[in-house]
Amino acid sequence: MNTPEIQAHPAPEPVAEKSYLSEHTLRSWLLTTDHKRIGILYLLSILLFFAIAATAAALIRLELITPKGDLLSAEMYNRMFTLHGVLMVWFFLIPSIPSVLGNFILPIMLGARDLAFPRLNLLSWYLFMTGGCLALWAILWGGVDTGWTFYTPYSTLYANGQVITMATGIFIAGFSSILTGLNFIATTHKLRAPGLTWFRLPIFVWSLYATSVILVLATPVLAILLTLLAVERIWGVGIFDATRGGDPVLFQHLFWFYSHPAVYIMILPGMGVVTELVTCYSRKRLFGYNFVAGASIAIAVFGFLVWGHHMFVSSQSPYAGMIFSLLSYIVAVPSAVKVFNWTATLYKGSIALDTPMLYALGFIGLFTVGGITGLFLAALAVDVHLTHTYFVVAHFHYIMVGGMVLAFMGGLHYWWPKITGRMYPEQLGRLAAIVTFIGFNLTFFPQFILGYLGMPRRYHSYPAEFQFYNVLSTAGSSILGVGYAMPVFYFIWSLKRGTRTGANPWHATGLEWTTASPPPTYNFAVIPVVTEEAYCYPEPAGPPPKDTSGAEEDRHA
Amino acid sequence: MLKPKYSRAMHSPYEKHFESAEQQRDTAVFGMWIFLGTEVLFFGGLFMAYTFLRWASPVTVEVGSRHLELPLGCINTAILLTSSFILTMGIQFSENGRPRLAASLLAVTAVMGIAFLCIKGTEYLHVIHEGLLPGPAFRIDRVMSPDSLRAGMIGALGQKANLEPQNVVPTVAELFFWLYFVMTGLHALHLLIGIVLCLVIAVLLRRPGGVSRNAVHNTGLYWHFVDLVWIFLFPLLYLAGHW
Repeated sequence: MNTPEIQAHPAPEPVAEKSYLSEHTLRSWLLTTDHKRIGILYLLSILLFFAIAATAAALIRLELITPKGDLLSAEMYNRMFTLHGVLMVWFFLIPSIPSVLGNFILPIMLGARDLAFPRLNLLSWYLFMTGGCLALWAILWGGVDTGWTFYTPYSTLYANGQVITMATGIFIAGFSSILTGLNFIATTHKLRAPGLTWFRLPIFVWSLYATSVILVLATPVLAILLTLLAVERIWGVGIFDATRGGDPVLFQHLFWFYSHPAVYIMILPGMGVVTELVTCYSRKRLFGYNFVAGASIAIAVFGFLVWGHHMFVSSQSPYAGMIFSLLSYIVAVPSAVKVFNWTATLYKGSIALDTPMLYALGFIGLFTVGGITGLFLAALAVDVHLTHTYFVVAHFHYIMVGGMVLAFMGGLHYWWPKITGRMYPEQLGRLAAIVTFIGFNLTFFPQFILGYLGMPRRYHSYPAEFQFYNVLSTAGSSILGVGYAMPVFYFIWSLKRGTRTGANPWHATGLEWTTASPPPTYNFAVIPVVTEEAYCYPEPAGPPPKDTSGAEEDRHA
Repeated sequence: MLKPKYSRAMHSPYEKHFESAEQQRDTAVFGMWIFLGTEVLFFGGLFMAYTFLRWASPVTVEVGSRHLELPLGCINTAILLTSSFILTMGIQFSENGRPRLAASLLAVTAVMGIAFLCIKGTEYLHVIHEGLLPGPAFRIDRVMSPDSLRAGMIGALGQKANLEPQNVVPTVAELFFWLYFVMTGLHALHLLIGIVLCLVIAVLLRRPGGVSRNAVHNTGLYWHFVDLVWIFLFPLLYLAGHW
């Protein structure tokens, strides 16, 4: 079909080449349907929620510096860890890479002008903010002390506070997740540039696709669960109440049917980012592309079948427990495939230790520790000893923080020149990455030991013999805080003072590096044509690839 | 020349980020199917709860089921199935250049949806009047009455016999009616959205600018989905006690 816009390319109109940042009014931001601007809106929003949730974590760590409960009352402590969990899971980790980096990069990676449904994309941000504001409102007006899991019957019969407001907030934010996932799936299927076949897609696209499938299929179950929870709390009749013929274990099944796949929502996009980083900074093709791509899908599929490993001590049938345990071991296989393939990609690569690569290497190590300790917990007998202890806390923080947060930071640094057109200060960036890594390990490694020794989670006081490791952990968290704070300052600094960059400062492959930095409003004046596989870095390391490698060709030429 | 971004003008055949009108239509319909996938999982949680209940005490669910208004449920099923047929005809006519006839058929569909909701409301009143609204006013004696326990179908063997009261678990009975209200209530809410969609499309079809083909198509998909949910709800709730 010969549309006018394609023929008009030879002298592109200045309108088309204007950067997406060129409009400055508040209205132009709040009513934008540009996926890049919505990505920025998400970035600012999740940083706000991260700051609040991190403050709660700091209070928790401060409380735990001494064995007695002296800083926070028991109830306040419960509210703090609930606040920390709810905000970090639903308002930071789940939207972090998909809604910020995915929103920004995915359409450009696909050679598309926008996501398939731009207005739904904006709606998803408004839903997210509505949900977030309700959650904050719930915190200010009494708080919630149930933990982020809202287990019944505590949450329905006994808990004071704003359980229903908080649940409504999460319910609404859930619809924002669904819309984002729906948009990503439709975009990946329908808006790929000519020549961009499924097996030429960057792995980041594969992992966002797998994530979106989980978002779309798991989140509605959480929505209906929270609805039932609220109805039960209001109506006083319900299916999760054992005294009325229901069963609290049913709540746990439905909750983990969502929340275990949600764990993969929180790690799969990180794996995608790390694949981009590892190939770019070792100047190599990805080792075993098909396996890494397939592993993303396998993790998404198996991720739906392992929820019962959260319930080994819940009176679930031991036979179900055995199956869930086996399946949990199986899900480790695709995860390990990824780790081995990243390592094999590094082998004989020409490795540059730039800031994003430092985060990526940190990710690989910490994700491996987090994954292997996950297998301890998936073992039926060992889990009885470790469940509800700090071992669990340490395990999932190795995945969530050591994995997802490091990948998010790595990706943010990697694409920062693309997003802003400016480079961050490299030396400070490296320093922040190292400080984060050290602070993280000092915070969470002692918690493995604490958990193994038997310190339970979710108590504000503990026996005196656990104090040493708790002091280590609190000290580490302050270093971690410095590691998080540094990028905030130098990123803001770089907005004005950073050196300007060209389209492809890293000499990386991928369509996002063929368009200007920052990209024009509709990304490409002419939709590119893709002629080669992903990660076509010359082997062995030679001169960097050309910026465009024929991608500017008009497909109708 | 580049088109102005996101022109809402009727003559603009497709939005700026698509390459052709066909791509836009494909994408819109594809997106609707994904949305319906999420809806399946949304109702899935309720079906899981129902399964749990039926597992906990099959007899109780069957006894409870016999307190629902089967004739009204049958009429509603017929109405909904017919409405899907009429809607399909409407969509065909809109694709074949008969927008005014299509608009009328969509309006008929919406009216049938409203009729369904009215009958549903009558049913709710019946059940509430019988004292079977879960909560403090729930009258378990109604479920336990000899009349209610007469000639029940017991277990997998399917022998007809009068039930003993001790075979019925009162708490499960209350939960059955609770689930009845939640499931059919959520379905009714979806139907209400469908009615609004049908009316909006019907009005737009009568306008000179018309309405995009995929909007009509997606409304149809949504309506059929709501219909399909009912096809599962009807046997699980109404027929459970009559097999």
